Amino acid sequence: MIQMEHYLIVSTIMFFVGIYGFVTRKNLLAVLISIELILNSVEINFSVFNRYLYPEHLEGMFFSLFGIAISAAETAVAIAIIINVYRRMQNIDVRHIDKMKF
Amino acid sequence: MGKALFILGIPLFVFLLTGLAGKKLKPFATGIIGTIGIAIATLISYLIACEYFFGIGKVDGKFQEIIPWTFEWLRFTDKLHIDLGVLIDPISVMMLVVITTVSLMVHIYSFGYMKGERGFERYYAFLSLFTFSMLGLVVATNIFQMYIFWELVGVSSYLLIGFYYTKPAAVLASKKAFIVTRFADLGFLIGVLILSFYTGTFDLSELTANKGSLVVATTAGASFMGLSVATWAMALIFMGGAGKSAMFPLHIWLPDAMEGPTPVSALIHAATMVVAGVYLVARLFPVYVFAAPDVLTMIAYIGCFTALFAAIIAMTQTDIKRVLAFSTISQIAYMMTALGVSGYGGHEGLGYMSSMFHLFTHAFFKALLFLGAGAVIHAVHSNEMANMGNLRKYMPITHITFLIACLAISGIPPFSGFFSKDEILTSTLENGHYILYITLTVTAALTAFYMFRLYFNIFWGKREKTYEHKPHEAPLSMCLPLIILAVFSCVTGFIPFSDFVSSDGVPFATHIKWSVAVVSFNVAMIGGLVALLFYARGSFASDLIVERIPKLYHAALRKFYMDEIWMFITKSVIFKIICYPIAWFDRHVIDGTMNALAIGTQRISSSIRVLQSGRVQFYALVFVLGTLLLTVWALYM
Repeated sequence: MIQMEHYLIVSTIMFFVGIYGFVTRKNLLAVLISIELILNSVEINFSVFNRYLYPEHLEGMFFSLFGIAISAAETAVAIAIIINVYRRMQNIDVRHIDKMKF
Repeated sequence: MGKALFILGIPLFVFLLTGLAGKKLKPFATGIIGTIGIAIATLISYLIACEYFFGIGKVDGKFQEIIPWTFEWLRFTDKLHIDLGVLIDPISVMMLVVITTVSLMVHIYSFGYMKGERGFERYYAFLSLFTFSMLGLVVATNIFQMYIFWELVGVSSYLLIGFYYTKPAAVLASKKAFIVTRFADLGFLIGVLILSFYTGTFDLSELTANKGSLVVATTAGASFMGLSVATWAMALIFMGGAGKSAMFPLHIWLPDAMEGPTPVSALIHAATMVVAGVYLVARLFPVYVFAAPDVLTMIAYIGCFTALFAAIIAMTQTDIKRVLAFSTISQIAYMMTALGVSGYGGHEGLGYMSSMFHLFTHAFFKALLFLGAGAVIHAVHSNEMANMGNLRKYMPITHITFLIACLAISGIPPFSGFFSKDEILTSTLENGHYILYITLTVTAALTAFYMFRLYFNIFWGKREKTYEHKPHEAPLSMCLPLIILAVFSCVTGFIPFSDFVSSDGVPFATHIKWSVAVVSFNVAMIGGLVALLFYARGSFASDLIVERIPKLYHAALRKFYMDEIWMFITKSVIFKIICYPIAWFDRHVIDGTMNALAIGTQRISSSIRVLQSGRVQFYALVFVLGTLLLTVWALYM
């Protein structure tokens, strides 16, 4: 029998992998993937808490669906930005994208 | 009477139009717009004068104050508020006529005189501004409105004197005029504040009503340094008037102000702006008479001294405009003296009426003199007497009109100056000021002398004078105003002035006092004849006299060193004792505080701005670590 804790362990690992990736990866696409990992781990949490603690309700499930839609839109925007960055700077290395500071 | 507002509104509108759109219009068009505007204003002011003096003005044999339009602008307390409005009474109507007429003449004249000058449209815009501010000054309903327009007059005269802003002398002269009059206005402002503090009102009608009883009642008992508060206030207000009217020792700006274009000199420094001080004293006359008679006596003596002083200087000057400048100072001083010796009501107020009368006649003949001098300068391209002579053959119209003006200012009957000057002399005599009477009579002789010295030097021969360019008569646009003003100078003396203007509004009868008239006529003739002997054929008698009294002559030539004295006072007294400590305080304490704040902020910001690296991942790391810390703190603390 799979317990609630198993799901939570997986999502926690996903979350911190995402954080780690976000902080350490130099490629913008990899950073974007890391963000997706973080988002998805949170959505797993929503579903799990809904399924195990309040099985008669559906808010958590719907919130996950909503989050998936949001992350899809966000990815589209992010990809567009990344393409523009690439056109202008000829690479997508995070370390080079510091022109807008100050 | 509501149309009085148009007199103010039209010049303002013309100023805004020509000032803002002047570059887009042709210069000639701006001139036309300005001239038509002022012509309409002139027409309206004549209509108002007719309506007021022969119609609605007189109620029960007394001229009333009418306020056709007013609105409240700033309110401090229930009693103390600043209004803007239009006040119609005998002297303001008279001033409206004088200002608009002279201004119209100057506008027309400038077509010829300023033709082809750079900044023609700017010139006309400034003329409109000046006319507007002077008109606003005379119709002011309260002393604060008067002060506002007073300053506007100062600004616009600054702009006009400095019209040739590429000429250093003109720039210096405009600065000098502005600073000197501004310095005097400081006294005016303090005086106004003292007066309104005690009386609780700015309103001129309230201040002067019932023989100035409000001022007398509210300032009773209050004194400062041995003099009553009313005396202080009125003396300080007079200081402002003395600055604008170029009374000794604040007269130094006026001769230098001749650097402006000559028609401007006619407008500002002969007919309108310099009489603002006289007008101010006349406006507050009941207050002066009843609350501060000592100040009035002081005004009389200052005026008398200035008249003599300026006349002596005028005798030695060789720049024709400067001669006229000093004669202006001298004539304005006559008006001040007349106000100073005057009493209130009926024949006692002869001085008041004669002062206004002289203001009226003087405006026309002095404008004529300046415009005539402008025509001469236009013809020979020089201000110096030495470069002129024999011009009567070349410029007959200018010659005749200039002669009329000389006769008028010298007080030869039947020209206008005779009548007004006679009234002034009579008023000094009748009020028992014999010293003033004698001094003014002597000054009248000197006036005739220096005016005819000027006249003979310009229009008659030293020897046979030859010119490189043949001088020519002025164009029609310049001759026309000369002729009109000459007609005015001939006829204005016959106006029964005391039927219209008097200290208490009740008309009274005046007669020429023959004993005074004969004496003044004779001294004027003597002055004129001496000038004729000295200068008509270019004799050397004047040089002989100069050799006898070289020190006095040179002192007068250098204007009795007043410029140098003021320079000394400003540089070594005012600058060293007052200005330097203030400047030090400003630089080190006030600026120091502000600079310390600015430098501190900048240091802090530059030391923390390295945190703003632009690396998103670094921000994210800080954010995550911060969240973890907060979590740990929330769990275990």
